[in-house]
Amino acid sequence: MRLAVVAGPPSAGKTAVVRQIIRSLQGRYRIAYLKIDVVRAFEDEELAAEFSIPARKVYSGDLCPDHAGVMVMRDAVAWAEEEGADLLLVESAGLCLRCSPYTTQGLGIVVLSAISGTNTPLKMAAMLALADIAVVTRIDLVSQAEKEVFRERIREVNPDLDIVETNAVQGTGMRYLLRAIEDCPPITDPDTIVLRGAPPLGVCTLCIGKTEIGWQHHFGVVRRLEGADYLFRGD
Amino acid sequence: MNPPPIREITILPGRSRSGEPERFAAITIRPGDTISIVGPTGSGKSALINDIEVFARNDTATGRTILVNGAYPPEEFVRDPAHKPVALITQNTRCLADLTVAEFLTMHVRSRKIGDDDIVDRTIDLANEFTGEKILPGARMTALSGGQTRSLLVADAVLVAAAPVLLLDEVENAGIFKERVIEVLRIEGKAVIFVTHDPLISLLSARRIVMRNGAVDRVIEPDGRESDALREARRLDGILRRMREHIRAGDLITGPVGA
Repeated sequence: MRLAVVAGPPSAGKTAVVRQIIRSLQGRYRIAYLKIDVVRAFEDEELAAEFSIPARKVYSGDLCPDHAGVMVMRDAVAWAEEEGADLLLVESAGLCLRCSPYTTQGLGIVVLSAISGTNTPLKMAAMLALADIAVVTRIDLVSQAEKEVFRERIREVNPDLDIVETNAVQGTGMRYLLRAIEDCPPITDPDTIVLRGAPPLGVCTLCIGKTEIGWQHHFGVVRRLEGADYLFRGD
Repeated sequence: MNPPPIREITILPGRSRSGEPERFAAITIRPGDTISIVGPTGSGKSALINDIEVFARNDTATGRTILVNGAYPPEEFVRDPAHKPVALITQNTRCLADLTVAEFLTMHVRSRKIGDDDIVDRTIDLANEFTGEKILPGARMTALSGGQTRSLLVADAVLVAAAPVLLLDEVENAGIFKERVIEVLRIEGKAVIFVTHDPLISLLSARRIVMRNGAVDRVIEPDGRESDALREARRLDGILRRMREHIRAGDLITGPVGA
């Protein structure tokens, strides 16, 4: 079974991209879909109804959604295998631009919108840096020059990133993404899948529901304003 | 390594919205061609130029295929903007890049790896030939008017992108000097495809593709038979242009308006 993790900020067009992947590949692959979201998500029901594929979702609630995704990913692989799937698509909630939920033994797909602003690729650097392929959506809304400038910004973050430009509603330009999915080797051993990097998935006191401001009320990674210009860096 | 020059681009038929095959064998576009795509709103004009722009391979809603020099284009034509032979100027007259005009062009020049110091200035100068509202290098892209944005993107497509084929979606809407644009594109030897509702632009084009219900309905080659209509369209366009300038200037138009 192959694994592809689709990440990207809210409203970038992740589900539209997923829908095109399913539409194009469902003849040759049995596809399972997992959506990770915070409080509400409808994509699993929509995709299950539209394509009759096994689809489910998980709500992270007060937990960081990408943390939740990491927690359930191993189970999701087992579930998809039980369903007889040979391609599992996992779609992130896309809340934190710093999140980078891609794993080994799978394809990392980052979706970003061509109309999201010239500096957006720089702001979501972590999400781009560890991905294999960037899908730039809403390409029909920008001119050639804008496309190229946006592309240049992505390259500033990750010069080697494969870039696919698409109007995901129409499905234009998808052939290179489909090829990347098919070229990605299947999972060899699900028990050895790991995150590609250490994303900022700290399960902090805010994540678990504390609302007081000021470090005095919190525990874990605690910093004062003085000297806190870089709050926390993993090992 | 430079990719081979573009001798021709060929559009192979797809199907209409109701699934019927399009009634043409192939449409071939060569350098220097001027083609208009006409038809009612929603008839599939923009979809046709989008097919050309993405080099459709029976993988868009229309099912059309686009060939370059008689074959599927090499991947770098489709994916590497520096080699892409087609530039599309969309109907959008807003640029969302949060940059100044000079920064935007500089970044585009850098992405193209062009080592030409004054190309940014020349692009702005050319853009200012297309619009009456002067574009300044320090202006923000997001603050440009529709006409300024369109003028700048056309000038960019000619000089920076230097694409041999230009696709212009309703260029007349933005209030730019359309005859000057057509003249420059002709001098530069570009193949130009206009999506248009404008009679003058349609009549200035050597071929007209007529769209209906998502499909190419027919391809017309007037071949000089419309020269009277073109002369009249030019005259009327001149009158309207002068009236427009008077109205913009706040004048009352009471004298004779004919040329």
